Formats: sequence, structure tokens, C-alpha cells
Amino acid sequence: MPEIRNYTINFGPQHPAAHGVLRLVLELDGETVKAADPHIGLLHRATEKLAETKPFNQSIGYMDRLDYVSMMCNEHGYVLAIEKLLGVSAPKRAQYIRVMFDEITRILNHLLWVGAHALDIGAMTVFLYAFRERETLLDCYEAVSGSRMHATYYRPGGVYRDLPVQMPQYQASKWHSEREVHKLNENRQGSLLDFIEDFTRIFPGCVDEYETLLTDNRIWKQRTVDIGVVSPERAIALGFSGPMLRGSGVEWDLRKKQPYEVYGDLDFKIPVGVNGDCYDRYLVRMEEMRQSNDIIKQCVQWLRANPGPVMLPDHKVTPPTRVDMKEDMEALIHHFKLFTEGYCVPEGEAYAAVEHPKGEFGVYLVSDGANKPYRLKVRAPGFSHLAALGEMCDGHLLADVVAILSSQDIVFGEIDR
Amino acid sequence: MDKSTQLAEQCQQRFAAELHAVKVQHGEVTLEVGRKDLLTVATALRDETPFKFDALMDVCGVDYLDYGKSEWVGDDATSTGFERGVMRERKLQAHEFTGPRFAVVYHLLSIALNQRIRVKVRLEEADLLVDSVVEIWPSANWFEREAFDFYGILFKGHPDLRRILTDYGFIGHPFRKDFPLSGYVEVRYDATQQRVVYEPVDIEPRVLVPKVIRDDSRYRHPDIQEGATDAGDP
Repeated sequence: MPEIRNYTINFGPQHPAAHGVLRLVLELDGETVKAADPHIGLLHRATEKLAETKPFNQSIGYMDRLDYVSMMCNEHGYVLAIEKLLGVSAPKRAQYIRVMFDEITRILNHLLWVGAHALDIGAMTVFLYAFRERETLLDCYEAVSGSRMHATYYRPGGVYRDLPVQMPQYQASKWHSEREVHKLNENRQGSLLDFIEDFTRIFPGCVDEYETLLTDNRIWKQRTVDIGVVSPERAIALGFSGPMLRGSGVEWDLRKKQPYEVYGDLDFKIPVGVNGDCYDRYLVRMEEMRQSNDIIKQCVQWLRANPGPVMLPDHKVTPPTRVDMKEDMEALIHHFKLFTEGYCVPEGEAYAAVEHPKGEFGVYLVSDGANKPYRLKVRAPGFSHLAALGEMCDGHLLADVVAILSSQDIVFGEIDR
Repeated sequence: MDKSTQLAEQCQQRFAAELHAVKVQHGEVTLEVGRKDLLTVATALRDETPFKFDALMDVCGVDYLDYGKSEWVGDDATSTGFERGVMRERKLQAHEFTGPRFAVVYHLLSIALNQRIRVKVRLEEADLLVDSVVEIWPSANWFEREAFDFYGILFKGHPDLRRILTDYGFIGHPFRKDFPLSGYVEVRYDATQQRVVYEPVDIEPRVLVPKVIRDDSRYRHPDIQEGATDAGDP
């Protein structure tokens, strides 16, 4: 009789399907997973502790680096918490800009997710398709903030600057001839809003393309249907949020249930799954991209019709304009104080949550009246999703671990913080 | 009467004996309970009708050691001259803070009734032990591990209280206010020993922007501030 026993393997920390630096200790019985123990923290940077040593505004850039595929949504949560403590809110136009960029970010995140998820399961093409559209959206990031990923665009009291009236264009070089550049610049003749509107026209067709590749694909369904099933009650108990919760059939979206900014005025729908498996979570996210596209369209329309300020005129919190600084002594003093010391936030505590592409991104902020946060706690959606990985993988095959892991939309920047 | 005040009153009635304090700020309700009552209050908050907090969204520790202490007070600038340097060792008490050093903060969400609440348990440094709520909300598991890792708070009844985010073999609790930002050890690969070695850090801790607490006149009247619109408030 040969001796048969379980064996334990290490999945990661360097594994292409581990979505970063996850070390997963798997106990296997043949090919069946008996237990999965995720070891996290390999990307821990103590963001929250760093934020305690810096004035409030200097930590906005750190928020981009938490979930580094949905940058502006992280900023949004942090900025909302500060605004809540300060008792201010951004001008209407800034709120629309924030919502528009939140939805652009949601599409960015879901595109990366669908590409990586398909790649993990073995479909290469979707990844290439998804990155084509991501390129366009990252150009919007760049046009508005100067940076393609880590934007630092949202500020307490608004957004850093208004949308550019001229979309930046490609220049001819020794790699691109005049003719090529002319073609590339075709949709860049107008403003950023024209560019985004052009994108919203073509994007539903792009989602159709991804769906053609995946939705009815036999292999795709074999790999995702009935894999990693979570019941609605269990999903709530495990602290799931976002598409993970909606995939299980719970109608819960902070944009609808606890509307922040201008989500209450916008018309969109919340897709909900039925079975709570990987396939339903996939369908939910695909539909979310279409809904986000609709929200962006509505924002573009509103922003076109309503010019106005994008920052509060309260110079205790937001910097004065360059022009004012040249003539007004008050403005100069405000500018100096803001950029050396920052602003003091009244004593208290606040929790602000946004519907991040991955779920509920919450920021708990404690202030003791100083110019720095006393305690900052980031409630990352992926943290509670990954905590449930062991439970979701139980009894599945080794190959399904990869499918479940990527259906959770894991990004280590936010989990390890 | 808005929703949060109503919720606060319902809590006050239901938990009259257990509550140390109830506070409503920025439309958020904060309950402060003693640690011996945590499990009873938590179970009631999950199961009983006006509460129905079916989801635990977050658990975190807070260290109040430096609360209200500033690194630079500039109010006496006219009498003693402008203070330019910042003494790292010296911290000035800007406003009084008394109470236990640590706290565990729970953020609850009711998906059924669409409301939120915050529960706070204060803990003395000498006795950092609190009951685990894993049995009530399974999502507490990793959050409590994190609070243990960062603050050294022990959760009684937790099935698997290991460190979670710090390095294997890490010593100390890094988010405590007396733990330096730069830490105590740094790692590098040693070519001669052919392994990663740990060494004491050679970074001087320094303050770039000193922490100041200003007595801002705009915030002196909290009742007036309360009327202002709260951004992102449900």
C-alpha cells in the first residue's frame, strides 16, 4: 500500500496569476484544495502611519498608490473624509468632474480586471483589447492632471483645476510620420470633453467585443460557472461589498443607497447577479462598464452646459489663484500658510465611504485639531474579499483557485496598504 | 429629527446600562461601550429590529498617546520671538486629553435598513484584551489580526491571532505612537553571507512639517458648524 497524504504547496509570492505579491499556502489532496491560507503584507508600506506624519494634502498622492488601478476613487474617499470633518463641500462643477472621473476610473479598473481575469483563465486576446481602451482613458487622466496614473487631482474643496479646453495632440517624430499623427489626432481636435464624448460613443461597441469573446464561450463558462459560489447571507456576513456582493444577488450600491456628490441626480442602473459564482461576478462587472459609460455621457452633457468654479473660494483650505497672489497680501499669506503648514482640521472623527470599483472604500479619519491626521484607517474592499478566499476555494480544484482569486479583483496596493 | 439622532436615541434607550457615551457628529453615531458589554451590545446590534447591523465593515485600533500634543506651538511668537527650530523630543500639550490609551473602533453597516454606526471600546495599556467578535461577524477575522499586529491588542476567542501585514518574525507593534516611523531594523542582501540580513536602521528620524494645533475661530462654535452641509452624507 503506498502511503497517501496531503501535501502543501506555495502559490506565489512570485506567480503571474497571484495579482501581485500574494503568498498562498495551499493544502492539497491530489488536485483538490483542502485549505488555503493567504499570507499578505509583502507590499505593506504603512501608508496610514506615513499619513499621520504629513499635512492632510500631502497624503492625497499616497491614496493613488493604494489601489493603483483605480487611483482617483481612492483619492475621492480620502478627500470626502476631510471635507466631512471640515464641514465643506465642493462646488457643483467639481462634483460632476469627480463623478465623471470616478466612472472613468471604474471603467479603467474593470478593463484591467477583465483582461487579467481572462488571461489567468487562458484567454489572451481580451487583455490586448482591454488595454486599447485603457490607453484612451489614461490619456484623459494625463490631460487633466499631467500624470497617467497617480493623478493627485482631487483636493479637499474641489479638484485641482478645470478640464482643459484643448486635448493634447501627438507630434510628428522620427517614429510617427505626419500622416500617422494626423490620424491619431483625429479625435483630439476639440476639448477633453469632446474626446471623452467620442470615447463614450465607441465604448459600448468595445464591450460587445469583449462579450463576444467571453460571454458565450464554452471554455469560459466551464471555468467560471458554479465556481466560488457565495450565498447572499454569507457575502454580507463576510463583509463583501461592490461587485462581489452584487454578484451574489444583494442589491447594494453606495451610489444609489447612500448617494454622495451628484449620484442622486444621475440616471443609472445597478446590475445584480443570481448565483454568486465567478460567472455572475463577470456579468455584473461587464454591465457596470456600460452603466458607467452612460453616467460619463450625462456628466459630459452637464459639464458642457455649466461652466463655473471647480474649487471653493475658501482660502483657508484651497490655494488662491496665482493672479491674486501678485496683488493681494492676504492671498500671499494664505498661499504661504497652506503650503508650509497646511490647514488645521477641527477635532473629531469621520468615516467616508465611496463605491470604489472593487467595493466599499472607506476612510476613517480621526483629527485632534492639528494640520495632520491623528489616525487614518483605510478600509480596503479587497481586504475582506481576500480574507474569504480560503472559504471560497474549499473543495475546488487547484486551477479554480486562480479563477476565484482573479474574480475577486485583487490588487495588493490596497490590501497591504 | 434626522435619522442619525433617531438612531442615537434608540441606542440610548436600548443600551441604557451598557453605554458610556453616545455621540452624533457629522451625521454619524458613535457608541462607546465598556469591553465587558461588547459582545452583548454587538449581538443586539446585529439581531434586533431597529438596528439590524448585518455587516461589519471595519475594525481598527487607535492609539491616543499623542492626542492633542503638538510639536510646535506658535501662539507666543510675539512675546518670546518666532520659534524656528523644532525639538523632536519635546511635545506640547495643546489641549487636555484623559482616558485610556487605546481604543478599538468597529464600523457597522446595516444593509437591511441602510444605516451605519460606530462602536468604540476603550482599553487601558496595561490590559489590552477585548472579546473577539468573529463569532458575530466572520468578517472581523482579518481586521482583528491587523489590530493585533499594529497595536498589540489581544482579541479573546479569536481562532487564529497571527500577525498579518508585518514581516515574518517582526518585533513590536508599528502603529503605536511611540514606535518610530523609520522602524528599528532594515534589511539588505549580504553577498558574503549569501542571505538577507537585518541591521539597525541608520535613518535619523526627522520632522518635515511640524504638527501644530491651531485654535481656529471658525470651529469654536460647533453648533453653527453642524448646520453646514456635510459632504457625502447619506
